[in-house]
Amino acid sequence: MSKIGIGKAINAGMRRAMERDPKVVIMGEDIGKLGGVFRVTENLQKDFGEDRVIDTPLAESGIVGTAIGMALRGYRPIVEIQFDGFVYPAFSQITCQVAKMRARSLGKIKLPMVIRIPVGGGIGAVEHHSESNEAYFAHTAGLRVVACSNPEDAYWMIQQAIESDDPIVFYEPKRRYHEKGEVDLTATTAPRSLFEATIARAGSDVTVAAYGPMVKVCLDAATVAAEEGRSIEVIDLRSLSPLDLDVLATSVEKTGRLVVTHEAPTFLGMGAEIAAAISQRCFYHLESPVIRVGGYNLPYPPSRIEEDFLPDLDRVLDGVDRALAY
Amino acid sequence: MSDNEVAMPEHAAHAAAVAALTAPVPETIGDGGAELVQLLTPEGERVDHVGHPEYSATIDELTDDDLRGFYRDQVLIRRVDAEATALQRQGELGIWASLLGQEAAQVGSARALRTQDYAFPTYREHGVAWVRGVNPLNLLGLFRGVNQGGWDPNENNFHLYTIVIGAQTLHAVGYAMGIQHDHAVGTGEPDRDAAVIAYFGDGATAQGDVNESFVYAASMNAPVVFFCQNNQWAISQPVEKQTRIPLYQRARGCGCPGVGVDGNDVLAVYAVTKAAMNAARSGQGPMMIEAYTYRMGAHTTSDDPTKYRVSADVEVWKLRDPIARLKAYLTSSGKADKSYFDAVDVEADALAVTVREGCLSMPDPEPASMFDNVYVDEHPLVEAERAAFAAYTASFEGGH
Ligand SMILES: Cc1ncc(C[n+]2csc(CCOP(=O)(O)OP(=O)(O)O)c2C)c(N)n1
Ligand SMILES: [Mg+2]
Repeated sequence: MSKIGIGKAINAGMRRAMERDPKVVIMGEDIGKLGGVFRVTENLQKDFGEDRVIDTPLAESGIVGTAIGMALRGYRPIVEIQFDGFVYPAFSQITCQVAKMRARSLGKIKLPMVIRIPVGGGIGAVEHHSESNEAYFAHTAGLRVVACSNPEDAYWMIQQAIESDDPIVFYEPKRRYHEKGEVDLTATTAPRSLFEATIARAGSDVTVAAYGPMVKVCLDAATVAAEEGRSIEVIDLRSLSPLDLDVLATSVEKTGRLVVTHEAPTFLGMGAEIAAAISQRCFYHLESPVIRVGGYNLPYPPSRIEEDFLPDLDRVLDGVDRALAY
Repeated sequence: MSDNEVAMPEHAAHAAAVAALTAPVPETIGDGGAELVQLLTPEGERVDHVGHPEYSATIDELTDDDLRGFYRDQVLIRRVDAEATALQRQGELGIWASLLGQEAAQVGSARALRTQDYAFPTYREHGVAWVRGVNPLNLLGLFRGVNQGGWDPNENNFHLYTIVIGAQTLHAVGYAMGIQHDHAVGTGEPDRDAAVIAYFGDGATAQGDVNESFVYAASMNAPVVFFCQNNQWAISQPVEKQTRIPLYQRARGCGCPGVGVDGNDVLAVYAVTKAAMNAARSGQGPMMIEAYTYRMGAHTTSDDPTKYRVSADVEVWKLRDPIARLKAYLTSSGKADKSYFDAVDVEADALAVTVREGCLSMPDPEPASMFDNVYVDEHPLVEAERAAFAAYTASFEGGH
């Protein structure tokens, strides 16, 4: 067992994938000597060479577009987008090209690529460095979207994403890159499927669903709630497309209440889809409407007031209160 | 803002541009090549550019006051920049992008603008902002995290900083197209004809937006000057990662002539930018300028350049410092003396104090202000969430 942060865990996962499969390459800005602005690719270029850890010119559409070409030639590119807000120059390549190519070829080609995006706020950054844009990609058929929340998942999920023959948008919770957890770097099999949700904490009164950086907030909220005598079950969704509704529905059928949380604005966010799906599926078990706790429907605010924008422990508990008030 | 218009012989700028078009391509990108326009050597010696006497003529028109102003602007903005870096270290700014080393490129180009011209900056153009008259505290506000810019771009014809690399170059071209539609090009009226300057870095030249902006500018014959500060680095990536030819040649294939200039020579930058802006205003279309310079500091305060570059390179560039070279020239030519330089230093320190105090007393925005200005007209969802936010906040004040 090693105690490492999420960033290091992803680094270790990519390293293993690259050792296993010479077709795995990484492409992105500043990923070589610098090791990426978050150091997630640290030492990989030194150990695997410049032709496998490829510093690209500064152009995201170019990174993703050329990664498509590499994939067509049989490689398995991992693309690093430097910050969430800088994926948009590549939006057309991702949504029009990456997502549709398999269907257009009637299944004759596949695009096994991973698009890694550090996501979310809370790091005191200037604009475009704190976005949560998962809904755009989860909305796009042909892409799979996952979000890790802890080092052990990060380690396994990145390897599973690299092994997937479908293109995957892989979200990394940037404000948690350095939060440490136990990871068994010697284990040989992944503990669970990439697309499975997990019960991060068992409870009986209310189900709180989260992913990525919000999982920790919800676990903390559950701890506080427990002291006040309320039992919260926290579900870590892990995969946003596909959504593991089975784990979620089982929990909701038990608790009768669901609060969905994310940093992204609630309007047409993941919570909207989950609320609709769970309302339909668990209608007779629900004691309250599904409550959404998320960012406001605003441009991400200047960092000095970002704590007022981001859903925190109190806002999660407020959501729980509202669910219990029915 | 300086406004020393020099009457250019008609089409001289364009002739210069065309001549640049046929300049030999250097073997390597190396030190910028011999064809970079230079009017002041690193030692501060005033030289002429062979083949382009009009650049020297532009400088010869300047008064001693103007020349001292070039110096003063650079010293003051460098001092503001140092203070901002210190404030970031003390936790008062979230981040700061230093312009250290690029003072001449910014001050020289900005001083070549007329009041009615418009500038579209990146996030590093503090020197341009200064010359345009933007209060440095506005810049600090963005990096402190109290707003996303917030100044009125039309007050100084200086647009908001743009962080998404290259995006502003298209805005600049569009603005220039608006100038054309307004018939504010080529009328010959000095206060009417206008042009736009688009700032961007060497890294940005890789972006699709920047390349599209070259195409648009040429296609529309828009009055825009592309001003690329090649500071040799895009975070950790050397300029060679972005280009295999000198950057000033990059827009030529789209139809924008290019000129390379020693970016640490404020006089050369001024003369070249002035010629290009004059050409654009007079209806001769877009040009690209590459100001060959160096990013002396880290990319931003979050960056650690020891990971990717050697300090020996930085030492070499220290010998080409833009301020030292102008100071040497002003001294040797008798245009300024120690008492002048001392006075500027005193002024710079006073400005630093003002900036520091202004920064420390900058209030955090009201949290509810995030609901302001999202739309021009009222939006029901924003209003509903504003109300919910107020009620939620009040629930704590109620003594929970
Ligand atoms: C679209 C986009 N991608 C990535 C970034 C992250 N980033 C910020 S500055 C920078 C390097 C810019 O280099 P250059 O254009 O040379 O300007 P300089 O910082 O040297 O002034 C990068 C990659 C960004 N801001 N926008
Ligand atoms: Mg640069």
